[in-house]
Amino acid sequence: MAMTIHVDIVSAEESIYSGLVEAVIASAQEGEVGIYPRHAPLLTRLKAGEVRLLKDGKEEQFYISGGVLEVQPHIVTILADTALRADDVNEAAALEAKAAAEKALNDKSAKMDFAEAQVQLAEAMAQLRAIERARKTRKH
Amino acid sequence: MASGKEIRTQIASIKSTQKITSAMEMVAASKMRKAQERMAATRPYADKILNVIQHLAYANPEYRHPYLQDREEKQRVGYIVVSSDRGLCGGLNNNLFKEVLHEIKSKSDKGLQVDICAIGQKASAFFSRLPVNMVAQVTQLGDAPRVHELIGSIKVMLDAYESGHIDSLYLVYNQFVNTMTQEDTFIRLLPATPGAPSEEMSHHWDYIYEPDAKEVLDDLLVRYIESVVYQGVVENIASEQASRMIAMKNASDNAGDLIDDLQLVYNKARQAAITQEISEIVAGAAAV
Repeated sequence: MAMTIHVDIVSAEESIYSGLVEAVIASAQEGEVGIYPRHAPLLTRLKAGEVRLLKDGKEEQFYISGGVLEVQPHIVTILADTALRADDVNEAAALEAKAAAEKALNDKSAKMDFAEAQVQLAEAMAQLRAIERARKTRKH
Repeated sequence: MASGKEIRTQIASIKSTQKITSAMEMVAASKMRKAQERMAATRPYADKILNVIQHLAYANPEYRHPYLQDREEKQRVGYIVVSSDRGLCGGLNNNLFKEVLHEIKSKSDKGLQVDICAIGQKASAFFSRLPVNMVAQVTQLGDAPRVHELIGSIKVMLDAYESGHIDSLYLVYNQFVNTMTQEDTFIRLLPATPGAPSEEMSHHWDYIYEPDAKEVLDDLLVRYIESVVYQGVVENIASEQASRMIAMKNASDNAGDLIDDLQLVYNKARQAAITQEISEIVAGAAAV
């Protein structure tokens, strides 16, 4: 049996793959890398692209949208991003979060939004019902 | 005394409420289990990334990323407050907010100002009514939030830290201890203290870096903060479901007690009516 190396592909949300393979091929920032057993420790950024795992002459493929590849003597870890991370995309997301906060603050005059109002209404109704019930039971 | 019919309608109404609460209890129980699984799934990534950061910080003592430099709290402190989107989950959110208010008060006593980043509808509604500075918010994450939905609001806080606008950043959420217990938890995200690397990682070897150590470390630190916040959000969801499950169980139990009491009252009323009728008949028969 050929030499194998343990590979973990994890993202912040879940573990994507874990197992022994003969080689890992990934597209690093500086070009494609192939990791075989006993590779020197390596830490590199990955570009969006395929990660290919070779096992028993077969090939398994995963698509990742970037991340970091870490190689230790017996274990390879791929810390995969869950989504494409371009700077302008992040910037847009940040602006959106800010705008949402401002909107919530400005909406104070309009009180709360519909969902919030509904919940409060339900609470008030439940309280009323409880009071009514308490009154009724006290009567007997 | 209430008539039999009145009590019957009351019992029927409480029964239908009980049906709703017990259904909500079961839904919360199954959602909690899923949230717990999701919690477990986020752990390997955060652990792994922390390992690498510890090693990097240890292997490159001359390079100190701003996130790792100790900073005094001089002007402003940032909080990321994680709450649920919906109510009916006991005192979960309110207890958390109470703690945050406490914390804000103690900071403002020291002359510090506070920036809030609200995650979840409840936190957003709560802090928008208060005279605090809410700089970012994200709501409606649902039961299975995605990391990229959080990136924007986290970036706002990270940028504020990098530019020196805030001097430290905390994460506040409900830690899931077990089904019965959820603890409000404060974690200091920035400045970060990764701690010493483990035995295995601290041996005298170093990675080959591509492109170079700093860039990789920068990337990893941001990812790390994001993953910690994400973990907090997922854990808060598990806490929310657990808390809702308990609240709904209590509600169902209380409804059961109420029904029992009312049933007793109803039976007594019915018995009294029958007795009265019999005595009337007997009295009528005696008169003939």
